[in-house]
Amino acid sequence: MMQAAERRRDPTSLSLAIAGSGGAGVMTAGTMLLEAAARAGLYGMMVRTSGPQIRGGEAAALLRFSPHPVANLDDRFDYLVAVDWLNLQRFADEIPLDAGSIVIGDPSEGAMPEAFAQAGARFAPLEFKATAKSIKGSWPNMVALGLTARLLGIPEDVVAAVVEGSLKKKDALVPSLAAVAAGRAAADAIEHPPALARAQGGAGRWLLTGNEAAGFGALRGGVRFVAAYPITPATELLEWLAPALPKVGGVLVQAEDELASINMALGASFGGVPALTATAGPGLSLMTEAIGLAVTAEIPVVVVDVMRGGPSTGIPAKSEQSDIAIATSGLHGDAPRLVLAPNSIADCLATTQWAVHLAETLQAPAIVLSDQFFGQTRAVVDRPDELVLPGGRLVAAADTEGYRRYADTASGVSPMAIPGTRGVAYTADGLEHNERGIPSSQATDHRRQLDKRLRKLETAEYGARWADLEGEGELVVVTLGSATGPVREAIARAAADGVHARLVSVRLIAPARPAVFDAALAGARRVLVVEQNHGAQFLRFLRAHYDLPGEVRSFCHPGPLPIRPAEVHRTIVDWSRA
Amino acid sequence: MSSPPETVMQRVTAADFKSDYKPIWCPGCGDFTVLSSITKALAALELEPRNVAVVSGIGCSSRMPAYTTAFGFHGVHGRALAAATGLKIARPDLTVLVTGGDGDGYSIGGNHFMHACRRNVDMTYIVMDNHVYGMTKGQPSPTTEPDWDSKLSPGGTGLKVFHPLVVALAAGANYIARAFSGDPNGTAEILAQAIRHPGFSFVEILSPCVTFRPEQREWRNIVRPAPVEPTDDPVAATRRILTDDGFNLGVLYRGDRAPYAPPIGHPTHAVADLEKGFAL
Repeated sequence: MMQAAERRRDPTSLSLAIAGSGGAGVMTAGTMLLEAAARAGLYGMMVRTSGPQIRGGEAAALLRFSPHPVANLDDRFDYLVAVDWLNLQRFADEIPLDAGSIVIGDPSEGAMPEAFAQAGARFAPLEFKATAKSIKGSWPNMVALGLTARLLGIPEDVVAAVVEGSLKKKDALVPSLAAVAAGRAAADAIEHPPALARAQGGAGRWLLTGNEAAGFGALRGGVRFVAAYPITPATELLEWLAPALPKVGGVLVQAEDELASINMALGASFGGVPALTATAGPGLSLMTEAIGLAVTAEIPVVVVDVMRGGPSTGIPAKSEQSDIAIATSGLHGDAPRLVLAPNSIADCLATTQWAVHLAETLQAPAIVLSDQFFGQTRAVVDRPDELVLPGGRLVAAADTEGYRRYADTASGVSPMAIPGTRGVAYTADGLEHNERGIPSSQATDHRRQLDKRLRKLETAEYGARWADLEGEGELVVVTLGSATGPVREAIARAAADGVHARLVSVRLIAPARPAVFDAALAGARRVLVVEQNHGAQFLRFLRAHYDLPGEVRSFCHPGPLPIRPAEVHRTIVDWSRA
Repeated sequence: MSSPPETVMQRVTAADFKSDYKPIWCPGCGDFTVLSSITKALAALELEPRNVAVVSGIGCSSRMPAYTTAFGFHGVHGRALAAATGLKIARPDLTVLVTGGDGDGYSIGGNHFMHACRRNVDMTYIVMDNHVYGMTKGQPSPTTEPDWDSKLSPGGTGLKVFHPLVVALAAGANYIARAFSGDPNGTAEILAQAIRHPGFSFVEILSPCVTFRPEQREWRNIVRPAPVEPTDDPVAATRRILTDDGFNLGVLYRGDRAPYAPPIGHPTHAVADLEKGFAL
């Protein structure tokens, strides 16, 4: 039974890691390889992983290519290209190898680390250093680029065009291309993979990271004010927005801390300008008080949380889905808020746009749970469809007779007056208040406003976007975010084994909506909840809000290791046949 | 955001800026007269309430926004300057005042105070300093004397007193003044100047807490106009403030640093243009 679910070579994709010490330029080589593969019609992605050093140390670009879109890493790697061996064994868990794997390394740098030999990987020598040294002004990473491009069957001119387009110093072009050619030539001595099927991607595809996608989604949603405090792995989202915002009439302000960034965003939004900030777990922890203010004062705001290993400083540059608990319940008081989880790199765009739309329409804070995997991974995606979302912020007209900012309306949404509008001035208040916005500690006012704030979220129309529901079967896999890719792949593999399972990838985490969720799980006899954290946070959330049908199991493990398709596949098949 | 000119332009009065919501302050609190001074200053500047925003954090004096007819933002403790910064940058057309006390501004909000001074956004920060946390019923704040006895810090904190004007000057505030709540007209005049002055204006108002610091009733006999004229020279201002005992009133410093006002609302591209950066 285990046999069917063990790691096996995926004939439809090729996985390849390029590793080396920090200065070796492996990320540059990986980025160029990805772009060249994309231009040659392939799909692919590049995950970044590195040691804790600011500069230097060890780094690896983890790549997977396919004629079809890829959403996640495979179980294993076909090739590990080691420009040098510095601390490479630290990546042994993140770069699983087996008897089908080939490690291409520089024999002058020493022997292949024991961990890789034990996995059964074969060694193929390539003199990266000496080859680069023989070409004045070139670098070993360009040799690695030539080699890997050849293994993937990428035409020489495509690689050359990418190198030319990427180099900042134009006098480096000739030696770089010579090194690429030397790498290509060296590939002849190395066993090639079976050729991938003919590339299927045409024009109109995009190459971007989840952080860039989320930034663009924010702009599409109408965000024109962003307050920023740098934090790994959300910084690139803010850095993408910094030059983009002024182009569309917006502004980004660097704040003194996360307490300031969330409060600046609230101030701007109070002023009528849709606002966002992006952070990671430590920053989200600092922001929770002000997010509660957004709940009570009913100020739209979006916080993109690019999750990383926690708690505390945790593992800043590596992925983990461990902020589900703080996002769903990390505010004091009864504080309904929106929590959304994009489930692919491309979906970071749509879901961030949707989050802005919902925050604006419902005058509430929305937390978007992205993660380091999405945020810092660059992928080739089909151009996402434009999302048209009717609605937006309900504003009060000038001179509204008897204006009540927090009027207890049927929908729970009440018109928000924008400063500058005549005759409707009010004070947005974190103190509990009556309908006029006057502070009140009376039980009736408190109850009424609590009801209003809950009702507007619970009765809103969210449509089909709340989850991706796929397949048939009595076994339902419920997951979210970046665990969705490997789960989807695992379900497809199980189907090939004749075992059918359903996928429920939840995009709208909060508010919980039992009727809709129950309908999606109708007929389920087994529910497997897959997530990347230690404490089964998502399962705990689901148990708190829903009556999960049948037998329920958790599949969870913490970062930084990704959820791998084979593990989920094995669990699905074993459980189905038990 | 401006509206068409009105046919009959009535001159606004201080009363137009006062809401009908009754303050929660204790009888005799200095903040009552500060409220009057604020409304007088806004009227003197012929502003319309709808184009003014009053932003605050938490504390007795932070209740100010709702007592005016301007747009108000009563946020979380210590973060008023951050919220006001976002508001003013997003809406440069508004006149933004920030009101609060010594605990809100100098203790929990101390970091934002420093950075608001150096950021120099065009807004006016009014701190009603009474050297005590009043709302929580009498604990020492950063401006409380080190030997002031209280339940929370029996025998006194023993800590050096925070000097807000020194910090404001060092951090780069563009206008620095001290006023006294017992002089509502003088305070109104300083506030009007501060609001008019471009950049970050900081006005420290000595505003007695008659409940927890009844001895502050004596302040009216201690305060005095500063013996020297305002200066635009930070070195001169520094020399003067180093010998300040906390009771000199008037303008200490008027700088000419350009306010931080990044452009907003001037798009050069459509959002769709930006996707070219992703296209293969």
